Amino acid sequence: MSAPPDPRRDWLSLMARSAPERLAEVLPDLPAHALLRAPETGTVMVQGRVSATGAPFNLGEMTVTRCAIRLDCGTVGHGHVQGRSHAHARRAAVVDALMQTDEAPRLTPLLEGLRTTAQAARDLRAAKAAATRVEFFTLQRGEDA
Amino acid sequence: MYVAVKGGERAIDNAHAWLAEERRGDPDLPLMSVAQIRAQMTLAVNRVMAEGSLYDPDLAALAIRQARGDLIEAVFLIRAYRTTLPRLGASVPLDTGAMAVDRRVSATFKDLPGGQVLGPTFDYTHRLLDFAEAAAVDPAPLAQPDPAPLPHVTQILDRDGLIEPIAPDDSPAPDLTREPLELPACRALRLQALARGDEGFLLSLAYSTQRGYGRTHAFVGELRIGRVAVEMEIPELGFSIEIGEIELTECETVNQFKGSRLEPAQFTRGYGLVPGQSERKAIAMSLVDRALRWQELGEDFTGAPAQDAEFVLSHCDNIQATGFLEHIKLPHYVDFQAELELVRRLRADAHTALQEAAE
Repeated sequence: MSAPPDPRRDWLSLMARSAPERLAEVLPDLPAHALLRAPETGTVMVQGRVSATGAPFNLGEMTVTRCAIRLDCGTVGHGHVQGRSHAHARRAAVVDALMQTDEAPRLTPLLEGLRTTAQAARDLRAAKAAATRVEFFTLQRGEDA
Repeated sequence: MYVAVKGGERAIDNAHAWLAEERRGDPDLPLMSVAQIRAQMTLAVNRVMAEGSLYDPDLAALAIRQARGDLIEAVFLIRAYRTTLPRLGASVPLDTGAMAVDRRVSATFKDLPGGQVLGPTFDYTHRLLDFAEAAAVDPAPLAQPDPAPLPHVTQILDRDGLIEPIAPDDSPAPDLTREPLELPACRALRLQALARGDEGFLLSLAYSTQRGYGRTHAFVGELRIGRVAVEMEIPELGFSIEIGEIELTECETVNQFKGSRLEPAQFTRGYGLVPGQSERKAIAMSLVDRALRWQELGEDFTGAPAQDAEFVLSHCDNIQATGFLEHIKLPHYVDFQAELELVRRLRADAHTALQEAAE
């Protein structure tokens, strides 16, 4: 189902899933850019599958905000992020463009920081879940004894 | 026929001003923040997202505050807001097998690959009111997670041919938010309606199947709650990216079998998938889904409400239901006047007839 690993796909996904405040903290200043498509909030219909693996069905929508920008050098960036933050979508689009330029080496460690934060949050939940792992035993019933 | 009324503008404005004051409550108490509702009333937020059919916890929390905690009114606000947003596209179908699980239990197998994980559950609590609930809580204990994948329990049965197979299918999903519901409805359309349906309605219907009205003898093969990435194809890019992550509750039931002399007996399936943490609704949805499949599985229609797709699908949406129900409290003066005159005339006719008979 997933496309092959692609660095651009990877950083775009990371932008979408990062908290807007966290991204703004890591990248407070944005370079000059023109809006190709102003930030726009809409919905995406999320699809599930019948019995997890069968035909697709429409589960319900989620809010998504998208934006497209062009840097002065002409590089185009696209942002698609969960939620309704215009600033988040715009910042994601700028990062997408910058990552295609020779600014990429400067940004990469910042993005790694975001990835580490996200992974740490995921690991913490997994560790809490693991602590509630249970072994059930069936008891021998009296009449069978 | 409904005839509109006009007037009362000042009274309406004043009523709304009073509503705002009542909503705010005691001004000496701090205003509840949307963030607080989102963080501490999470399951109410989840319910509003599921039945509002829009995954956005901040919006759902805002709606709950505005609706004074009336969750159906909050769902109404979300549904109304949703109609103002453009549809940007549809996701790639979710891969719930890749869920980062908080909870995963099976009532059918005690030892299953990946293990059983209770998660943050109300189960096994004593349901005693805690009058001294502490503001600060100890952090939850941690343990080393098992990195092994968590296959769906039904896959284990499927491997041995013990459960009806699910054929791979990529036919486009019908969408009842775009096309009015038409019957007979395919399973994909039914699941969409149930996923946004009222939890209380589905709970009662599911319970009715357990009590014998369309019995399907369901076991919870697996119930899992956790987070799944949402992917979408982006046309400008020509590939798919993750556009976010949502929490889901998924329930797969393993139900009584079908089979014949030619086809060996196999368990059958019911399916529930609900946005957010909502296991009561996910279990109910899978029971109702299974009951609605009677025809496809060659079972008898016993007249049970949960088997009747027209009945279930036409009544499960609480916004449609409350809209029609509550509209009868609005002015129907002309309507009622007509009926009043009819009753008066009938009574007068009857009176005349009685008098004539007496003479």
